[in-house]
Amino acid sequence: MKFAFYPGCVARGAGPELFDSAVAVMDRLGIEWVEMKGAACTGAGVLQEKDQKLGDTLNVRTLAMAEEMGLPILTICSTCQGVLSQADYRVRRDAEYLKELNAKIADEGLSYSGNTTVKHLLWVLIEDVGIERLQQTFVKELAGINFAPFYGCYIVRPSDALMFDEHPDRQDSLETVIEAVGANVTDFPGKTACCGFPILFINQRNSLRMVSNHTGTARDIGADAMVTPCPLCHLNLDGYQPKARRQNRRDKADLPILHLPQLLGLAMGIESKQLGLGKHIVQTKDITRRIEAIPSAQ
Amino acid sequence: MQANLKVKRHDPETMLPGDSSWDDFELDLHPQSTVLDALIHVREEVDPTLALRCACRASICGSCGMRVNGEAKLVCKTRLAEVVKDDEPVVIEPMGNQPVIKDLVVSLDPFFDKVRQVDPYLQPDAEPESGEFIASNDSMVGLLTAMNCIMCGACVSDCTVLEVDAKFIGPAALAKAWRFVEDPRDDVRSERLRELNDEDGGIWDCTRCFKCVEVCPKDVAPMQRIMELREAAIEEGNRNSPGFRHTNSFSKSVRKHGRLDETRLAVESAGLTNVPRLIDLAEIGLRSVMKGKLPPIRPHKAEGHEKIKALFDDSEGESGR
Repeated sequence: MKFAFYPGCVARGAGPELFDSAVAVMDRLGIEWVEMKGAACTGAGVLQEKDQKLGDTLNVRTLAMAEEMGLPILTICSTCQGVLSQADYRVRRDAEYLKELNAKIADEGLSYSGNTTVKHLLWVLIEDVGIERLQQTFVKELAGINFAPFYGCYIVRPSDALMFDEHPDRQDSLETVIEAVGANVTDFPGKTACCGFPILFINQRNSLRMVSNHTGTARDIGADAMVTPCPLCHLNLDGYQPKARRQNRRDKADLPILHLPQLLGLAMGIESKQLGLGKHIVQTKDITRRIEAIPSAQ
Repeated sequence: MQANLKVKRHDPETMLPGDSSWDDFELDLHPQSTVLDALIHVREEVDPTLALRCACRASICGSCGMRVNGEAKLVCKTRLAEVVKDDEPVVIEPMGNQPVIKDLVVSLDPFFDKVRQVDPYLQPDAEPESGEFIASNDSMVGLLTAMNCIMCGACVSDCTVLEVDAKFIGPAALAKAWRFVEDPRDDVRSERLRELNDEDGGIWDCTRCFKCVEVCPKDVAPMQRIMELREAAIEEGNRNSPGFRHTNSFSKSVRKHGRLDETRLAVESAGLTNVPRLIDLAEIGLRSVMKGKLPPIRPHKAEGHEKIKALFDDSEGESGR
């Protein structure tokens, strides 16, 4: 199992704990990876507001780079997954458009012909590793702990670009993984909604209402923590939770937000420091201690 | 086929606004039945007090928008078989973000108020010299996406912004606005774009969450229309908004480094003269530093990022920007 690794800007910038925990977990899973150091930012849908064709060009370039490496792409960011999938979906349905974009990257000796795939680690766990093999890497059963899933918009919509028809398991993949670590799923309607991050710098009041609603509701119905495969959701739900709760007069910020690989890492018995759990704004030590107190099976 | 419906009820005569109860109905229906067939069956055979709205039964009139298993749908277009999962009941609720009148019927007054807010009619400068205004087929064909809208309210129901801010103009009205912005017979394009750009609740408040694209039964893709309005507003020179500063800063960062520079994005979106926002950012920045996770002061760069810059230059040359 070898992948062209596309961590995304946040894992390489404001969320280094995501990169570190993902690498630790991939090593345990026997996933080989080569980082795509020359690949551009996907544009995150923001660049596409100004110029969709330019966004698609950058993403076709990334797809072509993976094709040249002869590897499928693995990402750890819901937003990167979505934006790459949307670009891939558009060019797969329009040969003329692909030809036009390929002409722009021809100077670099690159050309994309549709021979690669883009998969979030969340999907790789289910489709490539397999739940059974995943569970063999766990040394702890996180029984009795309640995790609320929070997907991030771009890994659930638009469903056609994400190929949910072909891969129906993707729709509840996060719940599947939470159950695989032996924990309980705290289901709540906000799990596929927007975290508010895209408008954080545009309309902060609305953005923080979303943060407060999601984290407050999940807490109210019994979640001990939230888990997300999206580093942008993490930035908002973790980083702005104190301010959001203050602004909306709810209880003080108290819901730890874990990155997906951190959840896996805890079940694998990897030390919380290596998983970067001390680098969160909302403290994680209560949930971490509780998990670390669970005796390891090995 | 067997189907269990779990239907949300609200009776305005005995309940306070916002209160509701649930009724379960066990039905045995033809396998090709729609959710609407099931609800009509309930009303005619089981409980005549169930209120629902429908008319054409052919996904043309847009009357029967409801939430099925948490997602807005036209129930006449939704077969029961698509939404029955194992033994779980099919959960049917009125649409979201709109006041409930009774049971599954919502008031569309706020919906149409928003549509009226965007002046949904052509505003030419003068009468045609003779006859009528002629628009070429080419100029109109692109507008068909938005003209397919049947005003059912599904996009408004599931809009994640309207959930937190009733002032947002919303996906349906903005798609309608786009249709007039792009119509060659209209002469107030700039004014429309300026208003949509500046307005509290305007085009920059959309989170790009794709909910409206996913639930629209007519492929209007309202969010894509909002993105086109943003692009058009920028081209018209509307550059003094946090939304423009955000997308512009993002674009500059990727152009220069191949990657996003989060620190610069935060500061530039706020605006360099917006002191309260900058103090606020400094507080968040400080918290992050204390946790050891501030983005690098020197932005991370893609290897060979000058190749990425060349693609930006090429695109600017092409569009004349």
